[in-house]
Amino acid sequence: MSAQLQITEVSKSFGGVQAVGRVSLEVRRGEILSVIGPNGAGKTTLLNMISGFYHPDSGRITLDATDVTQSAPSRVAEMGVARTFQNIALFKGMTVLDNLMLGRHVHMRAGVLSSFIYWGFAQKEEVVHRRRVEDIIDFLKIQDLRRRPTGSLAYGLQKRVELGRALALDPKILLLDEPMGGCNHEEKEDMARFVLDVNQEWGTTIILIEHDMGVVMDISDRVAVLDMGQKIAEGTPDEVRADTRVIKAYLGEVKAGRH
Amino acid sequence: MAHAASEVTTLPRLLQQNVRERGVRPAIREKDRGIWQTHTWREYHDHVRVFSLGLAALGFRRGEKLSVIGDNRPRLYWAQLAAQALGGIAVPVYQDSIARELQYVWSHAEASIIVAEDQEQVDKIISLRDRLPGLRHVIYDDARGLVKYRFDWLKSFEEVEELGRKHEAQHPGAFEAEVEQGQPDDVAMICYTSGTTGNPKGAMLTHANVVATARTFMAAEDVRATDEWLCYLPMAWVGDSLYSLVLSLAAGFCCNCPESPETVQRDLRELGPTTVLAPPRIWENMLTSVQVRAGDATPLKRWVFARFRRTAEEAEILRSDGKPVPFGLRLMCALGEFFVYGPVRDQLGLRRARWAYTGGAPLGPDTFRFFRSIGVNLKQVYGSTESSALISIQPDAEANPTSAGRPCPGIEVKIADRGEVLIRSRGIFKGYYKAEEATREVVDDEGWFHTGDAGFLDPRGHLVIIDRAKDVGAMVDGTPFAPQFIENKLKFSPYIREAVAFGNEQPLVAAMIAIDLNTVGNWAERRGIPYTSYMDLSQKPEVRELIREEIAKVNATLPDSTRIRRFLLLTKDLEADDAEMTRTRKVRRRFVAEKYASVIDAFYSGGEEVELSTLITYEDGRQATIQSRVRIADVEAGALSHA
Repeated sequence: MSAQLQITEVSKSFGGVQAVGRVSLEVRRGEILSVIGPNGAGKTTLLNMISGFYHPDSGRITLDATDVTQSAPSRVAEMGVARTFQNIALFKGMTVLDNLMLGRHVHMRAGVLSSFIYWGFAQKEEVVHRRRVEDIIDFLKIQDLRRRPTGSLAYGLQKRVELGRALALDPKILLLDEPMGGCNHEEKEDMARFVLDVNQEWGTTIILIEHDMGVVMDISDRVAVLDMGQKIAEGTPDEVRADTRVIKAYLGEVKAGRH
Repeated sequence: MAHAASEVTTLPRLLQQNVRERGVRPAIREKDRGIWQTHTWREYHDHVRVFSLGLAALGFRRGEKLSVIGDNRPRLYWAQLAAQALGGIAVPVYQDSIARELQYVWSHAEASIIVAEDQEQVDKIISLRDRLPGLRHVIYDDARGLVKYRFDWLKSFEEVEELGRKHEAQHPGAFEAEVEQGQPDDVAMICYTSGTTGNPKGAMLTHANVVATARTFMAAEDVRATDEWLCYLPMAWVGDSLYSLVLSLAAGFCCNCPESPETVQRDLRELGPTTVLAPPRIWENMLTSVQVRAGDATPLKRWVFARFRRTAEEAEILRSDGKPVPFGLRLMCALGEFFVYGPVRDQLGLRRARWAYTGGAPLGPDTFRFFRSIGVNLKQVYGSTESSALISIQPDAEANPTSAGRPCPGIEVKIADRGEVLIRSRGIFKGYYKAEEATREVVDDEGWFHTGDAGFLDPRGHLVIIDRAKDVGAMVDGTPFAPQFIENKLKFSPYIREAVAFGNEQPLVAAMIAIDLNTVGNWAERRGIPYTSYMDLSQKPEVRELIREEIAKVNATLPDSTRIRRFLLLTKDLEADDAEMTRTRKVRRRFVAEKYASVIDAFYSGGEEVELSTLITYEDGRQATIQSRVRIADVEAGALSHA
C-alpha cells in the first residue's frame, strides 16, 4: 500500500508550549488509522495541521505527493480531505438537508448570477448534488430527520449529521475528531458501524481520534500513540497494546483509575 | 367485479390476472432517496417471475419454505409471491425478534431460504446459522455494509434475479408452468402466532383461505382498484399479509412502503391513503400529538380548536345514539369542518381515508369518539391469525367503541358454553404446522374454530368480545372475573401503559400497573417533580396518588365486587423481550403470575412493601437483574378488611 498522506517531522508550538514536536506519520490508502493519547497529547493539533487550520512551524505534509504544508483549509478540502469536529460544528438553525447540501459546496460550480436565475444550470446542478446527499441520508439512516433543524437533534444524532456533512464532500481522506465522544453505548456502536461501512464501501481513508479504547482496538487497522506532543508508538492494535511505553504513558493512567 | 366472488384461485394467478387487467397501473411504491418510486403491475410481475426462477435455479422446490425478515419492502413481498409461484410456502417473521425466537421459528418451519432486508438481519442469521441445518441460502435486499461478507450461501436479490434470467433463457415458460401447477388448497403461508403461552405456533393458511377472506372483505366494504394503502404494519402479522399481499392482489390496489419506520407519520401525510388500519396504540399516539400541538398553539387557535372539538363531540354523541342533530349544531359542524376538522385530518394523513380500522385490542371510547367526531370513519374490526385475519367489521352507520362489529357475510358465528366465540368460514386455517394435537384442540369435527375469546352477540347482531375465555374466572364469592375487561378500562387512562389484574379465586381484585413514561413524565415536569428514570418516577408518592385517582375513576364504572382494591406500580414496563408480553403486546398471564408471585402474595397477605427482583433482557439479548423495594397501596383505606 502506498502512502496517501505523508507527515514528516512536523512541529507546532503555541507561545512557549510545544503541542506537537517532530511527529512523522504515514497514512496508507484505504486504511483506518487511529491516533490516541492522553488529553493534551497533541492529537487535535495534528489533525488541524493536516486540514490546514494550523500550519506547522517546521516539517512537511504531502497529500498524494503534493505539498500541502502551507495550504489554506479550503484548498485542502478541495483536495478531498474532510473532517468532523470534537465539539460539533453544524449550522444549528439550518435543517439536516441544508447542512448536508452545504457540505457539497466545494463541488458546486454555479456562480452568483446563475444561482439567482436558478432555472437551467443551477437547478440541474442542485439535482445532481441532492441525489448524492440523499445517498448519504440513506446511508446514515436519517431519512426521518431531513427537515429538522440540527440544533433540535439529540447529541448522538448531531454527531451523525456531522459525519454526513463531511461525507458530502466525497472525501478521499476523512478526519474524525472524537466522533463517539459523549455518545451512549448504542450511539457508539452505530457510529463504529458507520465508520467501518464508509471505509469498506467507498474505500475512504480514515484518520480517527478516539478515547474509547474498545472501539479503537476493534476497528483500526493501525494505531499511532501520541504523548506530550511526541509519537511514542505506532503499529497494529495488538502491537500497540503490548508496547510498554504506551502502557506507561497512556493505558497506565487508565489503570490508576482515571476513568 | 368481473369475476364471480366464489372463484377459487391462487395468489400467483391473481398476480397474472392483474397484469392482464391493469398492467400499467401502479402496484407498489417504495419511498427511496426521499422520492416515491412506482412499480407497475407488469414490473411487479416481472420481478416476481425472475426472482422465482432464480429460486428455482437455487434448487427451491414445491412445498419448501421461504422466510422473509425486515421492514415492509417491495422485494420482501415479491419474494413471498415468488416462493408461492413455485408451490413454496412463505413464512414472514417479526423483524424485531431476538435470535432465540428466530431460531425456534426458522428451525420449526424448516426454512430453506431466508430473504433478509439488510445487514442487521443478515448478522442475526449468521449468528444462528450453525443451528439451522435446513437453511441453504440467504438473500439480502439492501447491500449496505455487506460488501465484505463472502459466503457462498449469501446472495443479493439482484444476483438471484440474474440467475432467474439465465434460468428463463434455458427453460422458457417455466414460470407459467409452475404457476399452472399450483392448487388453491396448497398452503400459501405459515404465520407464527406469538401465543400467550409456550412456543409460537405456525398457522397454515392456504391460498383458498386467504383469497376467500379477501373476497369476503370486498363484499363487506367498497374496496376499489384505485385505493392506496400504506404498508407499515409488521409483515409477520397476518393483517399485513392479508392487506398488502392478498387484498392488494385481489382488488388490484396500490401498496406503498414507507421510507423507514421512523418516517411513517410523515409518509402517511404525504400519501393520504384511502384506507388505514392501525392498532389502538397508534390512534392514541395520534390523538396525543394533536393535543400537544393544539396546546402549543396561540390562545386564539387553542380556543377555536377546543370550541369546535366540543361541537363535534356533541354532534357525534347525538349521532351514535341515533338522535337527530339540530340545525344550529349542524351549521357549527360545517364551520368546524372548514376551520378545524379538515385541516386536522389533513395533518394526520387521514383526509382521503374513506374508512379507518382499529383492531387487535380495544380502543378507549374517548379516542374513538374524537376521531369519529372530526370526520374519520373509524371502525372496529375483529379477526385472528387462524381465521385469516377477518371475522367481523362494523358497518359505517353502526360504529361504536364497544362492539367488534357485525360478522362478515359468509362467516358463521356461534357462542359456545362459557361464552366462547366459535367461527366457521372458508377462511379458517388448515391447521398448525407440525402440531396436529394443537389443531384438534381449536378446530372441532364440524369445522368450528374455537377463538378462545369470550363474548356474546348483542341485540343488533354485533359481536362483543369480553376477554380470553380461559382467563375468565370467578372470585371467592362467585362473581365472574374477567381480567382483561378491567385492564382495558385501566389502559384507557393516558397515564397507564399496561396493567395486569388479579382476582381469580381471590377475595378482592388487585392490579399491577406500568405507568406511561411519556405522559406521566410530562405530568411530573409540569408540576416540577424531578425524576431520573422510569423506576424513580414510578415510585414517586405523587405519581402513586395520580394513579390512585385514575383507578378510582375506573372503579366508578365497575360493579362493587370487581372494583380494584389494591395496586402496585411496576418499576419497568412489561416487555416482549422479557417474555412478559407477546410481540403483539398481549400479556402472557401465566408467565407474569409466576414471575411476580411475590407481588400477588403481598397483595393478598396485606403486605405494604414487596421485594422485586426483576430480570430484564436488553435488545441484544444480554440480561441484568434489578433489585428494588416497591410499595403496595390501597385504592381506598382498609381494603383488606373491606373484603
